[in-house]
Amino acid sequence: MSTTSYNRRDFLKTGGMLSSGLLISFFVPAGAKRFIPGGETPEPLFAPNAYLNIGPDNTVKITLAHVEMGQGIWTTLPMLIAEELDCDWSKIKVEHAPPGAPYIHTLYGVQITGGSSTTWSEFDRYRNAGATARTLLVEAAAKKFNVSPSECHTENGFVIAGNQRASYGELADAAAKLPPPASVKLKDKKDWKYIGKVKKRLDTTAKISGEAMFGIDVHFPGMLIAVPAHAPVFGATVRSFDASAAKAIKGVQEVVQVPTGVAVIADNFWAAKQGRDALKIDWELGPGENIDSTTQFEEYRQLAATKGATAAQAGNADDALSRANKKIAAEYIFPYLAHAPMEPLNCTVKISDDLCEIWTGTQMPGLDQSIAAKILGFKPEQVKVNTLFLGGGFGRRANATSDFVAEAVNVAKASGKFIKLIWTREDDIRGGYYRAAFLHQVHTGLGADGLPIAWQHRIVGQSIQEGGPFAASIKNGIDPTSVEGVSDSPYLESIPDHNVELHSPKLPVTVLWWRSVGNTHTAFVMETMIDELAFAAGKDPVAYRRSLLKGKRHLAALDLVAKKSGWDKPLPQGRFRGVAVHESFGTVVAQVAEISIREGHLRVHKVTCAIDCGLAVNPDGVKAQMESCIIFGLTAVLYGEITLEKGRVKQRNFHDYKMLRMNETPLIEVHIVDSNEKMGGAGEPGVPPVAPAIANAIFSATGKRVRRLPLQSSDLVKV
Amino acid sequence: MIKLSVNNQPYTVDVEPAMPLLWVLRDILHLTGTKYGCGMAQCGACTVHLNGEAVRSCVTPVRRAENQTVITIEGLSKDFSHPLQRAWIEEDVPQCGYCQSGQIMAAAVLLRENPHPTDQDIDDAMSGNICRCGTYQRIRKAIHLAAKLSAK
Amino acid sequence: MKIHQYHFLKPDRITLVSICIILVISVATLSFKYDDKKVSHTSIAEKDSIVSQKAFLQVYKVLMSPRCMNCHPAGDVPLQGDDNHLHPQGVKRGPEGKGLYALKCSNCHQSENTPGLNMPPGVPDWHLPPSNMRLVFQGRSPHDLAMQLKNRKQNGNKSLHDLIEHMNTDLVKWAWEPGDGRSKPPLSYAEFVNQLKIWIDKGAVVPPRGR
Repeated sequence: MSTTSYNRRDFLKTGGMLSSGLLISFFVPAGAKRFIPGGETPEPLFAPNAYLNIGPDNTVKITLAHVEMGQGIWTTLPMLIAEELDCDWSKIKVEHAPPGAPYIHTLYGVQITGGSSTTWSEFDRYRNAGATARTLLVEAAAKKFNVSPSECHTENGFVIAGNQRASYGELADAAAKLPPPASVKLKDKKDWKYIGKVKKRLDTTAKISGEAMFGIDVHFPGMLIAVPAHAPVFGATVRSFDASAAKAIKGVQEVVQVPTGVAVIADNFWAAKQGRDALKIDWELGPGENIDSTTQFEEYRQLAATKGATAAQAGNADDALSRANKKIAAEYIFPYLAHAPMEPLNCTVKISDDLCEIWTGTQMPGLDQSIAAKILGFKPEQVKVNTLFLGGGFGRRANATSDFVAEAVNVAKASGKFIKLIWTREDDIRGGYYRAAFLHQVHTGLGADGLPIAWQHRIVGQSIQEGGPFAASIKNGIDPTSVEGVSDSPYLESIPDHNVELHSPKLPVTVLWWRSVGNTHTAFVMETMIDELAFAAGKDPVAYRRSLLKGKRHLAALDLVAKKSGWDKPLPQGRFRGVAVHESFGTVVAQVAEISIREGHLRVHKVTCAIDCGLAVNPDGVKAQMESCIIFGLTAVLYGEITLEKGRVKQRNFHDYKMLRMNETPLIEVHIVDSNEKMGGAGEPGVPPVAPAIANAIFSATGKRVRRLPLQSSDLVKV
Repeated sequence: MIKLSVNNQPYTVDVEPAMPLLWVLRDILHLTGTKYGCGMAQCGACTVHLNGEAVRSCVTPVRRAENQTVITIEGLSKDFSHPLQRAWIEEDVPQCGYCQSGQIMAAAVLLRENPHPTDQDIDDAMSGNICRCGTYQRIRKAIHLAAKLSAK
Repeated sequence: MKIHQYHFLKPDRITLVSICIILVISVATLSFKYDDKKVSHTSIAEKDSIVSQKAFLQVYKVLMSPRCMNCHPAGDVPLQGDDNHLHPQGVKRGPEGKGLYALKCSNCHQSENTPGLNMPPGVPDWHLPPSNMRLVFQGRSPHDLAMQLKNRKQNGNKSLHDLIEHMNTDLVKWAWEPGDGRSKPPLSYAEFVNQLKIWIDKGAVVPPRGR
């Protein structure tokens, strides 16, 4: 069901059908009803736009163009509407939007949640939605009270004029009959009641009671569970398979071949997984078998010795290097990384003659819809996508092929069955779409004043945009996500002679954006190298950065983190500090990590974080995202590594693709810069500074520079 | 046929005795608050109480629960009134929320056995539960708060 | 707190008590038998000393193998794998050696091995030595370990014959049925017990320091 029109009458109809459709088709575990998107609200009376509607019981149902995957948008977008609508916060219900034109990203042109963009990209659209509804409600009330709209004011879900008052629910029917206003005036900043204030999350009760419905939780009578068997190496295909042992397992119903492998369909997950494990598949391995992490970096090194595509260029870095007082050269290596969201990838698909219905947790419902339609020979509007809560995304639930959704559609199509496809954790860890492996080589030179005068930088790594929905962003051989954080680095602006080049080798290993994308490796290189230069120049790392950075926001974040971490104060014996500052997604984040190393074991005691994201709509939400980013980044520093041997991924599950745990968690302190700068993101920009801040702290403890992630035990031994 | 008590309701299920309790809860009883995260007792998302202990239901064969008492997140309290749930709300702990059922069930055993846990006690109890969103600091705060709420 | 209202069955306790009773009886019987034998060893010849020490070095190899040593760590965190790495969930010994709070051994370790690579191994009553009797193997030399095994204050108040009986428990025997993907100790179980008996029978001679 596609809502492709802003026309509110159409939406009213569609919205109504969506609600009842869900109510009829869902088998709802007792108590869970209220947390199924669209599950319970009565027929809306008043749907002034695609983002909200108001029911006779005063319920304000807010439809999110973006999806909730932990980042708190389930609360932040309603705050924007509530600010202008002046509704009763306790009457708000939230749902994810279906695919549809009103929900297309205001900047990116597709329906996507990503790029730390939700709050700033919806800041005007959602406030306008609320203001439009309020204007109509006031108009309706004015007619009812027989006064002019200017004599009315609103308060907590009521329109009031003198001693007359009516609730939004009472006015909804009349408001729905009015023509929408040509324009609305948004509230003045000084009158904000929600924006900039701490608001508790609206999804917490659902998530502490087992009632929240994630994609993996949907259940319908007659639905079966499918578990796929995937190729052992990237790009391999099925030559033949023997399903007899799988079919002998009690509960296994059917085994089908799909383009991505073979799927076992059973009454329950356990039977399906046992069946999957019992399959005998003969694979046509193809060239994917030749990839090996060790030789891969050797090949990258050879590429780095040759000229690449130019990503940034100024002056003549060769000449400048030859004039340098001091030269420093370094090579950095970054492995593939899996996103590993806690909820394993899954997708439920029901296909009838002319309709396909999908339930999943996805960051790109619109693309899923069109890919499913293509597989089935349907029109997009014949595919209905229901987005449940996402048990983490980090980029994995948005990719150019909609891999897990497409696979589920293929399984349902091949079997003719109503299925929920569930990937095991092993399928997830080995399933590709990784943060690409990268190699950087940097040559820098210092002038007499200790400041850098030359910077040569070569980067080697796969492009994540090629063949994807944003492939058009690749220009002159440069995928901007491969070089972001280097080619646009504020440090380079202050270095007259520099160049940045890129090689984008092609490999069968699938790669994707991974929380903070290119900045995951570029920030590490820039911020550890700058630290190295500071040391070579005999300068304090914070002071050295201050002398190179001109941007107000960089300086504000750096100053705040220095102050709050007590950068100028001595540390207890055995404790060491490192600092890093980096801009990404329109936000600057500075962090100071405090560490100790005992018996070759690293302990991160504290991370102090300062963020300038412009206006922080929900400050506690911003803090939560910084906390989250820091743990995410720290996990990659300590453990994150996907390695390939003969094309096969070595890691399988959380025992060998480890996650940070409670006993390794540092104290995290987040400070928000009081800023009037342009709004930036919050979901990702806390990740990039973590690794370099820790590496710089390790240097002050050991005298050794970390050149490779994750940390090796040799990094922790004193020189 | 295996009989077990889940959230004080008697159930009889016709499943393989080796089937993990997790899949009996999720796929047979449709109690989906208990989550699948790893299937090998690494992440704790599947933590439930079996006779009061925080077992990892993904590796617990259902035969172990035969005639025993199982409590899942759905049975922890009515209306989010357990001190841990109140504290989780107060500290705005969850992000994606997927691991939180397991976190809360693990914390419940900690508080029962140690009503005033230190940070070290929290590390010792909670390091078996992975949160990919990294809500550990808030979990720690919420456990301390729940201890206070319980003492009142 | 709501949780206090749960009805706690404690079947583990009951089984444990009965196991203990059975153990006491069988140990008593064994000791008696061995006392009989002991009479025949009126003196320990130098040759016996060499045989005893040699046997202990075989026993030592087994005790220091990952399947045994991993549950006899120097610290309070059990070890895993053939590289003896720390158990990753931050699992702690606890006073009774059964873990702590939400991380008790039996929360993951079943009464049998869970099938599959890197899945939790198991036997009934999977545990570490308790905190007041830590029975550390990790880092011990043959001399130190032999001394420790013979010292009733450090070995759980066991006679040498009790030690042989300990080797008869499911937990010890598990080392030879360790589940998918795990290496076994370097000696067979029978040979291990045999060597232990030889060590004891020939005088339980402690290898010199520095060996």
